[in-house]
Amino acid sequence: MENLRLWIDYIWGNVSTFLFDADTPGHKLLLMLVAIALFVVVMGAILLAVDKPKRIPNWVVTLGFAGPAVIALAFGLLYPALRTVYASFLNRNGTAVVGLDNYVRAFTEPAFQVVLRNTALWVLLVPTLATLTGLIYAVLVDRTRFEKAAKVLIFLPMAISLVGASIIWRFVYEVRGGSQQQTGLLNQLIVMFGGEPYQFLINSPWNTLFLLVVLIWIQAGFAMTILSAAIKAIPDDIVEAATLDGLSGIKMFRYITVPSIRPALVVVLTTIAMTTLKVFDIVRTMTGGQFNTSVVANEFYQQSFVRGDFGMGAALAVILFVIVIPIIVYNVRQLRLSEEIR
Amino acid sequence: MTTTPTPPQAFETSEPGEVTGGAPPGRQDKRGRFQRLDDRAAAVRKRAANPWASIIALVIALLWTIPTFGLFVTSFRPAGEIRRNGWWEFFRDPQVTLENYGSVLFEGDAPLAEYIINSLVVTLPAVLIPISIALLAAYAFAWIDFKGRNILFVAIFALQIVPIQVTMIPLLTQYNQWGIAGTFWPVWLSHSIFALPLAIFLLHNFMKDIPPSLVEAARVDGAGHVKIFFQVLLPLLIPAVAAFGIFQFLWVWNDLLVSLVFGSQSQVAPLTVRLASLAGDRGENWHLLSSGAFVAMVVPMIVFLALQRYFVRGLLAGSVKG
Repeated sequence: MENLRLWIDYIWGNVSTFLFDADTPGHKLLLMLVAIALFVVVMGAILLAVDKPKRIPNWVVTLGFAGPAVIALAFGLLYPALRTVYASFLNRNGTAVVGLDNYVRAFTEPAFQVVLRNTALWVLLVPTLATLTGLIYAVLVDRTRFEKAAKVLIFLPMAISLVGASIIWRFVYEVRGGSQQQTGLLNQLIVMFGGEPYQFLINSPWNTLFLLVVLIWIQAGFAMTILSAAIKAIPDDIVEAATLDGLSGIKMFRYITVPSIRPALVVVLTTIAMTTLKVFDIVRTMTGGQFNTSVVANEFYQQSFVRGDFGMGAALAVILFVIVIPIIVYNVRQLRLSEEIR
Repeated sequence: MTTTPTPPQAFETSEPGEVTGGAPPGRQDKRGRFQRLDDRAAAVRKRAANPWASIIALVIALLWTIPTFGLFVTSFRPAGEIRRNGWWEFFRDPQVTLENYGSVLFEGDAPLAEYIINSLVVTLPAVLIPISIALLAAYAFAWIDFKGRNILFVAIFALQIVPIQVTMIPLLTQYNQWGIAGTFWPVWLSHSIFALPLAIFLLHNFMKDIPPSLVEAARVDGAGHVKIFFQVLLPLLIPAVAAFGIFQFLWVWNDLLVSLVFGSQSQVAPLTVRLASLAGDRGENWHLLSSGAFVAMVVPMIVFLALQRYFVRGLLAGSVKG
């Protein structure tokens, strides 16, 4: 008996080192393959178990198919979300109930008010400007010879990580003092036209605008793709009738194109708004939230994982969630409206 | 549907199993192809006649490419040159070196080459696992009749709006209790869970587009759900799987938040985490930052450009239908 215990300890020791302590490239890659294989075996076993069409009751089959997803979501999304709502009423390490204190702080302390103001700026400006750019560009290149290549150019930033994009733009905003030559493109242009070098990322409140340019740069491609498809779906006869009535150029855009793609516009605006709310990579990489540039998503990370104030972090996460709700409601209502018209 | 669903394609998109996105696939009209091409030619001529339109389009295109191009040029300039003057000087005095890439990839105490492995090890399971689980669940919601199906589906759809930030502190506590914090497991697990609502929703939409007669016919032949899933539906769903696969690949590869919270230890941290800290403490070392940024970008760029048409299809299905 004693021997068996020793053996089990020995084997488990090796297995857990393999599973939880990968540090060489070979080990990591092998672990990855093992994890995938393990997953395949488990799922295969579940499917094999329910693959008896006649003898197995329907609910067991359903459980086999939908069970893993439902369990994962309950464990990883639903339950933690409820825990977080609860934690937002507790103090920094969850040892005492503080009621609404965290929320009161989030809305009254000046530092947090700046964060809320910035978040509002992001959510208002990024969706509108990204959609506008995407729409204008989609209309301009629609059915031109170079349409495909032109679209790829705008589209490509979507493949770049927000960290990568932030680095790209930090280089554009780069500023150098004194008599040194400017290495940032924008400051070079300013100096060329006789201006003084400008600290794009430091001078508040304008620096927030320069930060959100990065997200506009990324999201315009998304807007363009969806809107371009919507524009191509406008029935020919409508366009032809409008042309016969003498509409063209900006009037065509204003009276035919925009009203026809209204549902797609709403979807694009709301989707980008929701993405914008959750983005924290840009602020973190460009300024680290300094110089009055922080947003709720970044402040959540700061409070939770840097300052260790879990109550405040939870409250900020809940605020983030609550801001999303009106956007969704608007989205759903607009979709319903457009379906009624049809 | 590709990035540019040009009208003539409307005649070719009806191959079996080709599941189109939410927007109508081009216009179906009865006029001949040649008539259409004439129309297009006329439109092109008209468009070319308006110089303002071309100028605005050109300006936008330049604004969207020059920042990336500038950093790209910088990544090949010698470190001293980068400090001395701007990247545009390169064209006056071209000096090319691969040293930046060499040193960011292999030198120093945290060379990026190691983080490439980490990114790869994090990404592959985090793409494969949620797709498989979501495919099965989507099948259940589309083709198995059970009580409470609609309510459950709507609930999962609604979970899409939960910001992942809301889940992080409790999840981290849980992983700590299990003693798996700091390994690859919580990263894989979290990415997989966070992907499920969108994946189930998207794949369900694609599955619903498959003609019920196909499934019925298999059922009459005595096939069970597992057989129907693998032999009838899965082959038809390859484009949909590809569409979501690219989505998830780009999302995981480019993610910073999840990795930072659940796997920031250097043993498991992916490229983005290392790059972010490089940008944090070496903000002035542009020869490392520029080459590092492109090391992190090259894989998603290749995947993205190669599989663009699937990506666009996924985008259209995900947002217009939703």
